[in-house]
Amino acid sequence: MAPKQKTRNPELIPGVRKVSRSQMYHKRGLWAIKAKNGGKFPVHAKQETLAAVEEKPPKFYPADDIKKPLSNKRTAKPTKLRASVTPGTVLIILTGRFKGKRVVFLKQLTSGLLLVTGPYKVNGVPLRRVNQAYVIGTSTKVDISGVDVSKFDDKYFGKQVEKKKKKGETEFFEADKQEKNTLPTEKKDDQKAVDAPLLKALEAVPDLKAYLGARFSLKAGIKPHELVF
Amino acid sequence: MTFKRFAEIGRVALVNYGEDYGKLVVIVDIVDQNRALVDSPDMVRSQINFKRLSLTDIKIDIKRVPKKKALVAAMEAADVKGKWEKSSWGRKLIVQKRRASLNDFDRFKLMLAKIKKAGVVRQELAKLKKETAS
Repeated sequence: MAPKQKTRNPELIPGVRKVSRSQMYHKRGLWAIKAKNGGKFPVHAKQETLAAVEEKPPKFYPADDIKKPLSNKRTAKPTKLRASVTPGTVLIILTGRFKGKRVVFLKQLTSGLLLVTGPYKVNGVPLRRVNQAYVIGTSTKVDISGVDVSKFDDKYFGKQVEKKKKKGETEFFEADKQEKNTLPTEKKDDQKAVDAPLLKALEAVPDLKAYLGARFSLKAGIKPHELVF
Repeated sequence: MTFKRFAEIGRVALVNYGEDYGKLVVIVDIVDQNRALVDSPDMVRSQINFKRLSLTDIKIDIKRVPKKKALVAAMEAADVKGKWEKSSWGRKLIVQKRRASLNDFDRFKLMLAKIKKAGVVRQELAKLKKETAS
């Protein structure tokens, strides 16, 4: 922040200033500016204003006044990550079909969601997006320096748009649906490419692979608010 | 039957309630029937109610209200910290702290270790049973 500007004319009590009008003129140095400029105060030359274009009256007025919605110029920022969630951290997923699974965090996508992988071979969790709110960040970190995640973004995970086929009677009964259910080989290769360096890093730490393969659960006598993750 | 631990000058006690919970302190003076003046190398000397203290077996040799330096020297000489950490009470507290600070991964490794140990014990037991049966 800029340092507080010194007022040349402080208010002594409400309505009464310290310095008089003529003294302020002298203080501001307006006499010096005038002297420099030959007796007159320097003035900018007037800018030429463009002649206003003649607007024709509209041919049509709507019957009722339609209200314009207020303008909204807000841009969304990606969610702030909790301090415990950094790339390479082991996260515990709390909801969804993978609840309880311990998973490696790769990076935050532009939408704010977390890109996460099992790795797939270890616990069946593929490259997936997960919301930070449904995740516990543990203090266990995995080395992901060998992993390249730059090609993954929200579009990669979007629903595939299917081309509309013209409806013909025979095509109704054909096995169209079966084609859509299998994962394209591209995605399988991406999974392998991401997981290979990860698995090496996991094997470096004893028991870490088994740890990621096991699900988290609360047992009798455990108090979640006292647990250190 | 008789009392063994007295609240006297030089008695080391554990604070069991309040801001200084868990600290080992030395009773440095008695204020009145309920309160003592208490001091420790890492805290400001202050009064505390006896109800907030749990007396330990450790006693050090100090005069009434010693200077901080003298207190620290006396504690070093008597090796209060060492005695405390060797005592069963002290060791229990250390274990409790360690268990509370375990990471999720640590707890997992602990579980594996427990299972392994139980397996080994069971094997030995089975061997012994076999021997007695035969």
